[in-house]
Amino acid sequence: MAETRRRTLSWSAVNLLVLLYALIPVLWIASLSFKPPGTIQDGRFVPQEWTLDNYRGILRTDAFTSALINSIGIGLIATFVAVILGTMAAYAIARLDFPGKKVLVGVALLIAMFPQISLVSPLFEIMRGLGLFDTWMALILPYITFSLPLAIYTLSAFFKEIPWELEKAAKMDGATPAQAFRKVVAPLAAPGIITAGILVFIFCWNDLLFAISLTSTERSITAPAAIANFTGASQFEEPTGSIAAAAVVITIPIIVFVLIFQRRIVAGLTSGAVKG
Amino acid sequence: MTAVEPRPSDDTAAPPPRKRKAALSEGKKAERRLGLLLVAPAALVMVAVTAYPVVYAIWLSLQRYDLRFPDDRRFVGLSNYVAVLSDGFWWQAFFVTAILTIVSVAIEFVLGLAIALVMHRTIVGKGLVRTVVLIPYGIVTVAAAYSWYYAWTPGTGYLANLLPDGSAPLTDQIPSLAIIVFAEVWKTTPFMALLLLAGLALVPDDLLKAAQVDGAGSWTRLVRIIVPLMKPAILVALLFRTLDAFRIFDNIYVLTRGSNGTGSVSILGYDNLFKAFNLGIGSAISVLIFLCVALIAFVFIKLFGASAPGSDEGGQ
Repeated sequence: MAETRRRTLSWSAVNLLVLLYALIPVLWIASLSFKPPGTIQDGRFVPQEWTLDNYRGILRTDAFTSALINSIGIGLIATFVAVILGTMAAYAIARLDFPGKKVLVGVALLIAMFPQISLVSPLFEIMRGLGLFDTWMALILPYITFSLPLAIYTLSAFFKEIPWELEKAAKMDGATPAQAFRKVVAPLAAPGIITAGILVFIFCWNDLLFAISLTSTERSITAPAAIANFTGASQFEEPTGSIAAAAVVITIPIIVFVLIFQRRIVAGLTSGAVKG
Repeated sequence: MTAVEPRPSDDTAAPPPRKRKAALSEGKKAERRLGLLLVAPAALVMVAVTAYPVVYAIWLSLQRYDLRFPDDRRFVGLSNYVAVLSDGFWWQAFFVTAILTIVSVAIEFVLGLAIALVMHRTIVGKGLVRTVVLIPYGIVTVAAAYSWYYAWTPGTGYLANLLPDGSAPLTDQIPSLAIIVFAEVWKTTPFMALLLLAGLALVPDDLLKAAQVDGAGSWTRLVRIIVPLMKPAILVALLFRTLDAFRIFDNIYVLTRGSNGTGSVSILGYDNLFKAFNLGIGSAISVLIFLCVALIAFVFIKLFGASAPGSDEGGQ
C-alpha cells in the first residue's frame, strides 16, 4: 500500500514538472498581458494589478484586427484546399495501385523537409511579377504546398486503418471505385480529415517567414507578422503590453483545439512516423 | 530532383508483396486512372510552388540583380556564389546554424526521451500530461519567442532578474545563442517526445519484464533494450528535427533579429533580400541552404538507413 502511494506521489511530482515546463511561458505572457503600463516592468511573475487595457488597445487598432482576419481567412482557405487535395492523394496512395506512387511519396517528403527560405526570394519575385504580392493568394499558395505533405501522411495513415472489406463489399454491391470512396470511405475517414485539418491550420497559423516576406500591409499581413512588427506609441516605448495581449489572443484558439482534439492530434502527428 | 529514394524499412514487418503481374484488367486500368487523377492536383501544386521557384532561384543566383539598381541586371555566372562563400557573414551564419542545430537537437532528444518515458509509464494523470505537452507544439512560435524575450529583458523579466545586476543576456552572442536554443528546445521537444512515444509503444512489455527478472536495472533496460528497439522512430525524429532546426528563423527573428553574431543562414538570406535588396546574392544563399539541407537528408538516409516516414507503406 505504502509502496503504491509513494509511487503515485513521485509520478505526480514528475508530472507536475512536465506541466510547469509546458505552461510557464504561456502563463508568463498572459501575466504580462494583464499588467498595466505602470507595473509591466516590475519583473513579477504574477501581476499586482490587473487590467484589460492591453486587450482593448489592440482590438481597437486596425493593425491587429485586420491581421487577425487575414490570418483566419488565409488559414481557413489554405486548410480547406490542402485537406481536399490531400484527401484525394492520400486515398489514392492508401488504396489504389498506380504508377509513380513512390515518387509522389518521396516528393512529399522532400517538400516537408524543404528549407522555406530557399523559396522566399524566388516567390517574392514571382508574386511581384504576377501582381500577387501582398495579397491573400501570395500566402495561400505556399501554405497549401507546405502543408500538403503533412495532410497526405496523416490522411493516408488514417485511410489504411479503415477496413478494406467494407470498400470491397461496396464494390461487390456494384459501386465504382469513385462511389466507394464517396459513400463508404469518406464518412469513415472524417475523423482523420478533421485531424489533418487541425494540423494544417496550426501550420498556417504559425508561419512567420512567408508572412513577413510576401505581404507588407494590412491588406494581407497575418497576425504573427503584425505582432513581430508592432511598434510602441513612441520610439522609446516598448509595446510590451500590446504584444503580450496579441500573443495571448493568437494562442487561445490553438489551446482550445489542443484541448478538444488532443488524442487525434497525437495520433495524427505520429501516424506517418512509425506505422508499419 | 535530388532523389531521396525512400527505402523500405527492414525493421518493421513488411507487408507481403501483393504484385500480381497479370495483364491489366479493365478494373485495374480504371484503378490506375483514378489513382493518377486523384494525386494529380496535389502533385501539380507541390511541384508548381516548389520546383519552379527552385529552378528560378538558381537562375536568379547566376545574375547580378540588385533591386536598388534593377537596370543593372546581367548574367554573372557563379560570381554570386564566390562572393557569398568568400564572405565572413555566410560562414558565421553557417556555424551559428550548425551549432544551434546540433546543440538543440541533442538536448531535445534527451529531454524528449525523458518526457516520452514519463508519458508512457506514468500511472497518474496520463491524459493531462499528454494534452499539456501539446501546448508548446501548438503555440505560435512568435508568441512563445516574445514570452522568452520579455522573460530575459532586464527589469521586465522574471528570469533576467535572477541574473546578476547589469546583465543583458540578449545583447551578447553566447547568452543570446543559449536563449535561442532554450526557446527552440522548449517549443519542439514535445514534438520529439510524441514521435518517440509512438516508438516506445512498439517496445514489448514482456521483453522489459524478462530483462528485469534477469536482473537488468532500469538504465540497462533503457540503453540495451528500449533505445535499440526504438531506433527507427529515433532516426525519423532526429532527421525531422535536424532539418527543421537547420532552417531556424522565427525564434531568432524575435529574440535578436540576428544581431551580435546570432543570425542563422535563414536570417542571412532574409536580410539579403529585404534589407540589402540583393536578389542575386539572396538567391545564391537560398540555393546554398537548399544544398545543405539536401546533404543532411542524404547523409542521414545513407549513413543511418533512416527509413523515410511512409516509405514502408509506399508499395502497399
